[in-house]
Amino acid sequence: MASLLSRFCRKLAVPGSAHGARMVSTTTSCGSETVKSLNLYSAINQALHIALETDPRSYVFGEDVGFGGVFRCTTGLAERFGKNRVFNTPLCEQGIVGFGIGLAAMGNRAVVEIQFADYIYPAFDQIVNEAAKFRYRSGNQFNCGGLTIRAPYGAVGHGGHYHSQSPEAFFCHVPGIKVVIPRSPREAKGLLLSSIRDPNPVVFFEPKWLYRQAVEEVPEHDYMIPLSEAEVIRQGNDITLVGWGAQLTVMEQACLDAEKEGISCELIDLKTLLPWDKETVETSVKKTGRLLISHEAPVTGGFGAEISATILERCFLKLEAPVSRVCGLDTPFPLVFEPFYMPTKNKILDAIKSTVNY
Amino acid sequence: MALSRLSSRSTTLFQPLAAAFPTTLRRHISTDTTPITVETSLPFTSHLVEPPSRAVETSSSELLSFFRDMALMRRMEIAADSLYKAKLIRGFCHLYDGQEAVAIGMEAAITRRDAIITSYRDHCTFLGRGGGIFEAFSELMGRTTGCSKGKGGSMHFYKKDASFYGGHGIVGAQAPLGCGLAFAQKYSKEEAVTFTLYGDGAANQGQLFEALNIAALWDLPAVLVCENNHYGMGTAEWRSAKSPAYFKRGDYVPGLKVDGMDALAVKQACKFAKEHALKNGPIILEMDTYRYHGHSMSDPGSTYRTRDEISGVRQVRDPIDRVRKLIISHDIATEKELKDMEKEVRKEVDAAVAQAKESPIPEPSDLFTNIYVKGFGSESFGADRKELRATLP
Repeated sequence: MASLLSRFCRKLAVPGSAHGARMVSTTTSCGSETVKSLNLYSAINQALHIALETDPRSYVFGEDVGFGGVFRCTTGLAERFGKNRVFNTPLCEQGIVGFGIGLAAMGNRAVVEIQFADYIYPAFDQIVNEAAKFRYRSGNQFNCGGLTIRAPYGAVGHGGHYHSQSPEAFFCHVPGIKVVIPRSPREAKGLLLSSIRDPNPVVFFEPKWLYRQAVEEVPEHDYMIPLSEAEVIRQGNDITLVGWGAQLTVMEQACLDAEKEGISCELIDLKTLLPWDKETVETSVKKTGRLLISHEAPVTGGFGAEISATILERCFLKLEAPVSRVCGLDTPFPLVFEPFYMPTKNKILDAIKSTVNY
Repeated sequence: MALSRLSSRSTTLFQPLAAAFPTTLRRHISTDTTPITVETSLPFTSHLVEPPSRAVETSSSELLSFFRDMALMRRMEIAADSLYKAKLIRGFCHLYDGQEAVAIGMEAAITRRDAIITSYRDHCTFLGRGGGIFEAFSELMGRTTGCSKGKGGSMHFYKKDASFYGGHGIVGAQAPLGCGLAFAQKYSKEEAVTFTLYGDGAANQGQLFEALNIAALWDLPAVLVCENNHYGMGTAEWRSAKSPAYFKRGDYVPGLKVDGMDALAVKQACKFAKEHALKNGPIILEMDTYRYHGHSMSDPGSTYRTRDEISGVRQVRDPIDRVRKLIISHDIATEKELKDMEKEVRKEVDAAVAQAKESPIPEPSDLFTNIYVKGFGSESFGADRKELRATLP
């Protein structure tokens, strides 16, 4: 029983490449670019500072953002830009998002914070029926492209039912909005600035596990990372792994372990889930012939199913093995059972091996 | 009143002798049910209804039970604080200390057939409904001996046989639910009501107004209780509500504002509200209360309010101290006896914690139980579709 437990327990990763090693905060210059060692919430904070600075008609609001927010992502904004641009809302997600849609419809950039992704459901109607369809149903007369909804998502080790959910799949089913999930501080800053400036409503999920855990060199200037472009963060030949957000840390560990056994893994960060970069994944799978998708959300109906079906359509004759999905179990997100629920490194490693040896 | 004074004075004569048998002495006093009338500290403010009288009928035994139960609740919350810091309680832990009078006063006015439903700050409400501290600590630590078999945690305490419907994580989601419970009670002519508790933060949720409208439209026996501790997590009420007079926000629904730190006022208001709800439909009670801890254990509670404010309330309005003063001034017990009671409570809590620590964690197969009802035969696959297969029982 103890060995079973240790097999399935999530190990905290401090990887070398994708997420940066833990270092003392330093500022160094790399050529013309000044970089600083930042964690995820500081990178997001920096992005918000830049967004508010560069566009005088941008606003940040949500529950408790005034004092810096529960995860400190909005520190210093109210002091710097004033209470008219950075303010607390009452506790009403439906009202907050609806209000943001209205603000965006008048040509402003509304950066809405939902305190935890688990609380986004009261606002689901506003996002799906109002935000996503506004441009479409008004024949392009109106739009709420300036709307960006930020929410911390994902497991944190002890969050239980309502502080750990990954609801990205619900939103990927809605044409009209974009869904973006960064994997690290550097990515988060660039992707958030792109999302805020994108002329479409964007739902931006931030992996809360990484708010403090991930530290990386982040450039201090204003930069954007393009949406709908996936990135191959690790080259390989035997199998393609696709993931997003905090799960990539775990998948990278599995790739390192697989390499010791002679399996060369290619790891792709999808970054934008809707609309997702099908070409990059297709090219990779045509090279390797095998695909494994991993996400924290439950496997049935998760976004992995969409990736699997699309790749099957495009690469059927090139596939050497069935597409493998290593995801959360089909249960509500549990409290004490979290180590069993999670798609851990060992589960991914097992799946890599069985796919390669199919 | 005079009679009870006499009886208590005569027992103090026996005190030196009875010191050898302290439990006998206490038992004698604590079963005294001669009515005592006490005035509430503040008058009730009302909206669209005549407020109840400030004179509350109570008794020595009731006051002593108030003291003991509130001391138990306070001790439990403090023990939960240490357990959380020791990482024996995981997840999120929302503590109720400071607000005990609401749970205690409510229980004194109603029966176990009246339903209570509340938010995530539910440990003391569970205790008030007859829940045991052992079940509470087990649930907090995620053990099978917990009230929700270890699967709910701090935010999801339930007790079906006491009509306690929990324990809800999503703010405000329990409001329409509570009105549904009230509907069922009216339909089955049970002469029972539902107390739906929510906070000042939840008062701004749209679903609350939907629930109010439905309850008023169909004359449901629903008592909506706003536990106004003045902070919705980190946002003060004046910054989140245009009208912080929560008892008036029902508009066409009558309301009553109550000093939530005075257990007797709470009891009077709840008694009044139950009678009203059974005859005339919904009523809102706003309990003016205060929480000493932050919103949860992850919140220090001092970034949005001053420590002076917290200690000020503790000195002037603490619910347990108020009952203590009442007991002493009415000669029901001495200060030493009350302190002994508190020490006993502390031992009880420590014993429950120790026992809960030894309790087993749930079996891994429990991960798949109770997702659906028995017999549906659904299968749940492991992550890679090859392992951890279970047929849902």
